[in-house]
Amino acid sequence: MAEIKLDLAHAYKPNPQRDEDYALLPLEMTFRDGGAYALLGPSGCGKTTMLNIISGLLQPSQGTVCFDGQDVTARSPQQRNIAQVFQFPVIYDTMTVAQNLGFPLKNRKVPKEQIAKRVGEIAEMLEMSHQLDMRAAGLSADQKQKISLGRGLVRPDVSAVLFDEPLTVIDPHLKWQLRRKLKQIHHELKLTLIYVTHDQVEALTFADEVVVMTRGRAVQVGTAEDLFERPAHTFVGHFIGSPGMSFLPIQASASGMKIADQVVTVPQQVSVPAQATTLGIRPEYLRIFPNDQAGCLAATVQLIQDVGTYILVTCAVDQTPVRVRLSPQSWRPDMGENVYLQVLDAHTCFYCEEELVV
Amino acid sequence: MELTLENVSKAVYGQPYLYPFDLTLEPQQVTVLLGATQAGKTTMMRIMAGLDKPSAGRVWVDGVDVTGRPVRQRNIAMVYQQFINYPSMTVFDNIASPLKLARKGNVKEQVQALAEKLHIEAFLERLPSELSGGQQQRVALARALAKNAPLMLLDEPLVNLDYKLREDLRAELSLLFATGNSTVVYATTEPSEALLLGGHTAVLDKGELLQYGPTADVFHRPASLKVAKAFSDPPINLVQAQRTPTGVRLANSQEVSITLPAQSDQALTLGIRANALRLVGRAADIAIDGQVELAEISGSDTFVHVDTVLGPMIAQLTGVHDFELGANVQLHLDPSHAYVFEASGALLVAPELLREVA
Repeated sequence: MAEIKLDLAHAYKPNPQRDEDYALLPLEMTFRDGGAYALLGPSGCGKTTMLNIISGLLQPSQGTVCFDGQDVTARSPQQRNIAQVFQFPVIYDTMTVAQNLGFPLKNRKVPKEQIAKRVGEIAEMLEMSHQLDMRAAGLSADQKQKISLGRGLVRPDVSAVLFDEPLTVIDPHLKWQLRRKLKQIHHELKLTLIYVTHDQVEALTFADEVVVMTRGRAVQVGTAEDLFERPAHTFVGHFIGSPGMSFLPIQASASGMKIADQVVTVPQQVSVPAQATTLGIRPEYLRIFPNDQAGCLAATVQLIQDVGTYILVTCAVDQTPVRVRLSPQSWRPDMGENVYLQVLDAHTCFYCEEELVV
Repeated sequence: MELTLENVSKAVYGQPYLYPFDLTLEPQQVTVLLGATQAGKTTMMRIMAGLDKPSAGRVWVDGVDVTGRPVRQRNIAMVYQQFINYPSMTVFDNIASPLKLARKGNVKEQVQALAEKLHIEAFLERLPSELSGGQQQRVALARALAKNAPLMLLDEPLVNLDYKLREDLRAELSLLFATGNSTVVYATTEPSEALLLGGHTAVLDKGELLQYGPTADVFHRPASLKVAKAFSDPPINLVQAQRTPTGVRLANSQEVSITLPAQSDQALTLGIRANALRLVGRAADIAIDGQVELAEISGSDTFVHVDTVLGPMIAQLTGVHDFELGANVQLHLDPSHAYVFEASGALLVAPELLREVA
């Protein structure tokens, strides 16, 4: 296992000039030894590029990759001692489950007894002990993917295990059980795990820390709670949570604080940073009133959706849609009604040039 | 347009695909076909479109029997899971094609307006293959909308898109459907998608039409255990119970007081939606002890899988909550928030508080 340090950038084209030319913009990042990380973002954000650079399948066009302080930039995945699990099962159909699981160890000439012991442990964790002597060919897609996962985890001496959307083929109803397995295994084996996904639930559930990426940039590294409570970038506010944060322009003016086109009294317990140009607030934290209160904005109700477990109210504040999540029991407005939104409180985040102002 | 399916059924080589059912769509509104894969959603849609003939029964459009009339003689727009566009035509020409065929109005203006609605106005001169998946599906949607057909059928149109894109497009579609005058049929496997689209929902299960009604009503008052299961995500928690003079007795001998109708079966099932379970108890609650199997975090919600004395359960909590695997928890339930089903699966009691419909 290793601590992995990146200080690099990558462009697939020569001579990158503008930001758009980079698949991965210049970044510095450290993955703790034994940590569980997720790289999360929409397609094209650079997460797979980063994973391939860590594994050694791809050489960064500039900068270095260090494992435990050693420069491994020029080394292959084998030399870096990386295990990988891909989107689709990669297994040998003619071998048994046990032979498949033990293959990476056999290749490295590990003594037979040790292989049997380790394969037994991994099979136990994945609840495959009863299937060890079965041919892999006859198994379902998710059983096969479990073997792939097991094979990725079987070597105790790897620097890191990398996963590229490994649960894609798994039936949605079974996904949570495998997520649980992975989490348990991480606790038991303490391997450095890096996991690429575009699925928020997958990333937030699996990882100790999530790297949120967009357009070649890692915009925040943090726990699920950090990403939800204090998104460091407006993209994180939008991407995490469903629906995500609502944003409104904010500006200090001679007549007071101006949000959208309205002048608002700032409540005492809230301080608005001087350089803030945008405020962000989550639907879960936004409060709605039938009449005006300090720190409230006037809005019109555009849409009320009974989403079953909660009520989602979409309001328009001078054309900008702002969403509020209400419990089914609470007061709710009518369509077209004029309401007041408490947009300034302890949960409000302030942004300048898309970055959080602290 | 009014579409009625009367005593329609479909079998293929003696294999029943749809059991006999009656269904009249609400004109100018959205009807969601909700069910797991193989439930019969696509089969039903193909009969509505005239792509397939029903094995028995009649299809009526505005009082005219159109059973067996092929799709070409009907005015229908359809959008599929896969992004289907004319590959050699530009985005502009793709959207314009139904308008040119109809020879109605100013094509350029209409294409421009539709492209703006779907946020693809910047790509009008490109070919579909030069767009991302989400953008390609927007083109297919724009073309379907351009046709302005009285009946628009969408078969899981968002299923192949990234999570966040799905969320954005879904919100836009609900607004487009609400302002348009087409009768819309939308197939999905996801309960949350049905709820966000609103309108009416028909719940299908293994070829059977189980229930049809306003979406929120069907969600809050599922007629049977089967509907409750099909229309709950996360899955509804089910607990076996025996009737007692004051309510029910659970498998762990716990007595729960619930008001039940005078007549019912002795063996009952409690249905507890995940959001009815809380960590903090209130008066009149019952407590359920267990250990955390996994906390799945979506951002806005945390889904806690708990191994309880009553079997596995899932609790939905708002916001981000961190749990150690195996941690002890106590879940709390207000018994009046539980559904009660008869031994046959028929609904006996639906919770009062969650029943209000916007």
